[in-house]
Amino acid sequence: MKSETMSGKTVKLTYRNKQWELAAGMTVRDAILKCGLNPEQVLAVRAGKLINEATILKEDDEIKLVAVISGGAFSIRE
Amino acid sequence: MKCRKCGSEAVINMRQHKLALCGEHFLEWVPEQTQRFIEKYKMFTPDERILVAVSGGKDSLSLWNVLLRLGYKADGMYIGLGIEGGVDYSNQSHEMCDKFLSNIKSQISNFKFQTSNSQLPQEGNSEIHDLKSEIGNRKSEINWQPTLRVVDIAKVYGETIPDVAARTTRGRGKPCSVCGLIKRHVMNRVARDGGYDVLATGHNLDDEVAVLFGNTLTWNSGYLLRQAPVLPADKPGLARKVKPFCRFYERETAAYALVRGIEYIYDECPFAEGSTSIAHKEILNQMEKDSPGVKLQFYLNFLRAREQGLFAEHAERVELNACEKCGQPTSAPGLCAFCRLWERRHRDTATTLLSKGTDVITNQ
Repeated sequence: MKSETMSGKTVKLTYRNKQWELAAGMTVRDAILKCGLNPEQVLAVRAGKLINEATILKEDDEIKLVAVISGGAFSIRE
Repeated sequence: MKCRKCGSEAVINMRQHKLALCGEHFLEWVPEQTQRFIEKYKMFTPDERILVAVSGGKDSLSLWNVLLRLGYKADGMYIGLGIEGGVDYSNQSHEMCDKFLSNIKSQISNFKFQTSNSQLPQEGNSEIHDLKSEIGNRKSEINWQPTLRVVDIAKVYGETIPDVAARTTRGRGKPCSVCGLIKRHVMNRVARDGGYDVLATGHNLDDEVAVLFGNTLTWNSGYLLRQAPVLPADKPGLARKVKPFCRFYERETAAYALVRGIEYIYDECPFAEGSTSIAHKEILNQMEKDSPGVKLQFYLNFLRAREQGLFAEHAERVELNACEKCGQPTSAPGLCAFCRLWERRHRDTATTLLSKGTDVITNQ
């Protein structure tokens, strides 16, 4: 969806059916923000492992962003 | 970013707690905190029987996992809603619950095998070690196995949730209101009839603050008064309801499921799209992004204010009666909202069939 390949070193991020290609070297948090997503609402997974928001993304990293919000939660009021 | 406990690479940073943890310590932290909340809010004791309402999602399956690991006797209950939504939603959700049960049972069996052979867990065998330490040495309960109780709404009541929603005005075309009503009723009935002491749901802090936000916008003091980590069984026919995950952010329950390797259904309920609760969650997360901890403070300060009686004098005093048909408490005289829902259907069905000359008596 978005491409930032000036340095030639890129990382790929996928979220649901969307994909972004960003420059390597930024943190997970910055990459999520660049994709226009809220870091509070997604988790980043690399090679099947959860990674923290301060992790620096390296060339050719493929990051899957997992949504954390589930919806339509009903109240259990009486 | 390093784990505060061991210095290895962290998998999660919880900015509201200024706490980063590695996978191993995060998997320890979640059950420890859950146990702390269970005790703090006096949810239940180790001897009580718990029914966990599971949907196949991350919150409820993680909750069931954590309660079993803590040594509680917790069965699951899945309600088949009959929602297809182009993704076979209900069937997939059910499948996740079955898969979870099968996995956790085999883990417990491994633990039992080890215990019955008096073999102490070996260093490095982390799964067995986890289960030994967390399930504990309750030899009197060694033969207990968790079960999954399934209630298929269409099989029991003759219609799926979308079908019921389509023939009522409740919820104005969206099935969420009907779904909530039916789930609350069925969960309460199964907990009560099954002899469970308590019904546990996987509501997390984001769920709680979204509801709180909505009720604050409308200053609904009745609902505000009744929102709490524990809803006591203070009326005949009501099961005690608890929310042991009420202080975890949603990203923490999702992280727990991912790190623990619990398979869950990623898709939201197809009807949740555009729901008010999701819109409220997004607004609150926007604030959380800029002010870490704002959601937690909103919730904790609300609980404190509620505890101090802030809403009590404004709340309407609602007299509850027993429903004539099912016995569950209702504010209306006669039938409760749940029974009225089906009464209407049976009346409609009877009218339709009678018009065709069929002798039909409304179902009792």
